[in-house]
Amino acid sequence: MELTWYLILCFMFVMYIVLDGFDFGAGIIHLFFAKTEKEKKQVMRAIGPFWDGNEVWLVAAGGVLFASFPTLYASAFSGFYLPLIMILWLFIFRALGIEFTHLINHELWIKPWQKGFGISSLLLALFFGIAFGNIIRGVNLGGVENGMAQFKHKYSFFTPLWDGSFSPFAERPGVIDWFTITIGLVAVLTLTIHGANWIILKTEGEFVKKLQDKILPLWIALFVFIIISLIAFVTMKSFHKELFTQHPSMYLLPLLTFIGFIGMLLFRKSTKNWLGFASSTLFIISGIGSSVASLFPVVIPSTNTIVESLTIYNTSSETYGLKVGLIWWIIAFTLVLIYFTFVHKVYKGKLTEKHDHH
Amino acid sequence: MDDALLYGRLQFAFTITYHYLFPQLTMGLALIIVIFKGLHLKTNKPLYNNAAKFWAKIFAINFGMGVVTGIPMEFQFGTNWAQFSERTGNIIGQTLAMEGMFSFFLESSFLGLFLFGEKLLGKKLHFLTAFLIFIGSWASGYLIIATHSWMQNPVGHEILANGKFVLKNFSDLFSNPWLLPSFFHNQMASLITTSFVIAGVGAFYMLNNKHTEYAHLFLKTAIITGVISTLSVAFPTGDLLAKQVALKQPVTLAAMEGLFDSEEGAPIVLIGQPNMKEQRLDNKIEVPKVLSFLTYQRWNAEIKGLNDFPKEEWPTNIPGLYYSYHIMVGLGTIFIGIMLLGLWFLWKKKLALQRWFLWVLLFSIPFPYIANTAGWYTSELGRQPYLVYGLLKTADGVSENVSSGNTLFTLLGFIGLYLVLGFIMLILAGKIVYAGPKSTLKSH
Ligand code: HDD
Ligand code: HEM
Ligand code: HEM
Repeated sequence: MELTWYLILCFMFVMYIVLDGFDFGAGIIHLFFAKTEKEKKQVMRAIGPFWDGNEVWLVAAGGVLFASFPTLYASAFSGFYLPLIMILWLFIFRALGIEFTHLINHELWIKPWQKGFGISSLLLALFFGIAFGNIIRGVNLGGVENGMAQFKHKYSFFTPLWDGSFSPFAERPGVIDWFTITIGLVAVLTLTIHGANWIILKTEGEFVKKLQDKILPLWIALFVFIIISLIAFVTMKSFHKELFTQHPSMYLLPLLTFIGFIGMLLFRKSTKNWLGFASSTLFIISGIGSSVASLFPVVIPSTNTIVESLTIYNTSSETYGLKVGLIWWIIAFTLVLIYFTFVHKVYKGKLTEKHDHH
Repeated sequence: MDDALLYGRLQFAFTITYHYLFPQLTMGLALIIVIFKGLHLKTNKPLYNNAAKFWAKIFAINFGMGVVTGIPMEFQFGTNWAQFSERTGNIIGQTLAMEGMFSFFLESSFLGLFLFGEKLLGKKLHFLTAFLIFIGSWASGYLIIATHSWMQNPVGHEILANGKFVLKNFSDLFSNPWLLPSFFHNQMASLITTSFVIAGVGAFYMLNNKHTEYAHLFLKTAIITGVISTLSVAFPTGDLLAKQVALKQPVTLAAMEGLFDSEEGAPIVLIGQPNMKEQRLDNKIEVPKVLSFLTYQRWNAEIKGLNDFPKEEWPTNIPGLYYSYHIMVGLGTIFIGIMLLGLWFLWKKKLALQRWFLWVLLFSIPFPYIANTAGWYTSELGRQPYLVYGLLKTADGVSENVSSGNTLFTLLGFIGLYLVLGFIMLILAGKIVYAGPKSTLKSH
């Protein structure tokens, strides 16, 4: 049961990253590459009908986490208190940047909202990458200081925003250190490419060509940061090979990540636009999949030796709740698939000016 | 009280109060929009379609605000109430996750289509999207109230030795006797807010002599829904909910009514100020025996006063609770009066001539928001000192690892951000109302 729910959760979070990921990417492109009003409109058109539905994956995944792994939810959400609340504030700016920009047609109104949308998208991508970096690196569970747990509950921890050394190997590492920042930049670059691929897929014209040209430098930068993070990752103590040695088929995950990565480069100018988008999607899914698998069954590793890591087994809900939950989840998910197909059918193909609503 | 707990509570209270300003309008508007779209489907008159479109614009910005302020709510259980989440996640996590899976996906998938896809979809499918949004928003209210009802009257669970609450019977969560009275009361209260907003806008156009065809439509619709909702909020739903409180939380009822000593044939208090030192009400005006009758249908039934309960069980803020309750009920009574008067004028076809009455409608817009908030404060203050009534104290639910400085910082952040948002939102709504619906005379 725990495993089933863990897979469901991973699926929902990955869906969220893939879907809202292209919205973040579009925001970053809006900030750096879309110069004219026409280009900006084109970016907005590509995400307009979808972003709100995409964000619901996060809300729903949060709810599912709460129900199926309450201890994990309580631990991670209170432990990453400050960065999480800041993420919430950024969400507010991004949503309003998308929805409110066009409501008053005056430059002094439009400009700040547009910037707000771009900057909050950029920061969100960065923060999500950093958050992911924190989970891979591990946290000081139980708030251990001088060999003693400070908190009553073993699952409690509190990460400060940073620690003077900015090192992932510090006794009480902060949210931001050089490792998590690297992962944050990997996320920003990946999602920018992913967002570009989405805009290329969903719209047409000059701007699409411009974006296709931008992918190469982005890809090279991504390559550099991935190498750095891989080296750091392998030296990190949280790395478990268990799952890979027991099930060699797991090596498929890193292999697929590699294929996706190469695909992003090869198909960047392909006339079959969906190939590029498929590659970045594959890269995201299997990249996250490989990292999660390398921790399994640990979900939040402990950086100290006093308090054991949080695993899917010591944080899950009771079996009865998990069982009934599965029944309604399957029903709800079937419905979600139906809505999803319907919406994407209505908006299938390229979105042109006739799809603009303002 | 320790500071971290205090700021945590203030932050929760502030953010939820603010969040609920938006859904209370959108849930009601979703219904009204379905009605207008339905009338359009039936009669094919552009008037109804334009009316639906106009309210859809107001709906959209309120929905946006509901979404952005709702996400922090979902997160705050984990950030600020970690121990509560850890111990009850098996139960309230279910209903909250169901809200995400069943209603938020539904609403967000179809909202974009509804707002911008009229041409792509055609008349029938467009009506369907409006209907699905209505279902989604009411389902959302239903599931959140199911969660809340469990906190007020916990059922269907078992408490393990380690203090965790685990679900024993899923269907009990939904057959909780607290749930249906609370849900219908809340939905009717939300329809009151919507009715007053629509009536207020109609009155504004009428007074301005602008968009008069819409002014007539809005006033008529709003007064009909207003009469239905204001009456049903008192009876049967308010009455049924009060009976639940009397049954499950008798000490809360005593505090709401300001009843210190037990009485047979207890009176209902219209006005009076609780004096906690002397343990009595000052300056009171009361109607004898009515409280006993309303609660137990017998004029001489005994109602237990606060002094019959141990002091540790008393709600922590009795004056606050008492005033919240009286503000809600008092405003509810006035609302019934206003709407019935409106119905009378409508019947006599004199509504447009009663300018003073139109002014009353216009200035009534804020009051249903106040009544709704007061009602929620009645529930929440009445439940204190517990988070899960009788079982889990609020002080035992807070995150142990988040210090008061952090909570104060984020509380101030939320206050600042929300004030700015509120201001922007009012400008936008004002702009939409001022521009008005599209006239049926001009073609576009
Ligand atoms: C326009 C708003 C409004 C109006 C006019 C009323 N209510 Fe209400 N009331 C609410 C809006 C509300 C609410 C939406 O705020 C609450 C909070 C929880 C709930 O389900 O509905 C509520 C809760 C609530 C409770 C539960 C308190 C608790 O949980 O401890 C009772 C007993 C009543 N109401 C009774 C009444 C009565 C007898 C009314 C007679 C006129 C009335 N309400 C009018
Ligand atoms: C929208 C309407 C609501 C309003 C206005 C409201 C208001 C409040 C207020 C004022 C408090 C603080 C009480 C105190 O500390 O003395 C509070 C606490 C709380 N409420 Fe509500 N509430 C609402 C709905 C809900 C719902 C639907 C839930 C559950 C799903 C809920 C869960 C809680 C929790 C967990 C607390 C704990 C924090 C505390 O006790 O301070 N509330 N709420
Ligand atoms: C503690 C309590 C609450 C939590 C955790 C909460 C959570 C949320 C969240 C996360 C959203 C955004 C949905 C999206 O992304 O589409 C939302 C919106 C909404 N909430 Fe709440 N909410 C709470 C209280 C309430 C209450 C008391 C009601 C009414 C009964 C309510 C009704 C709605 C509705 C109808 C929406 C849809 C958006 C809208 O129409 O404005 N919520 N809520």
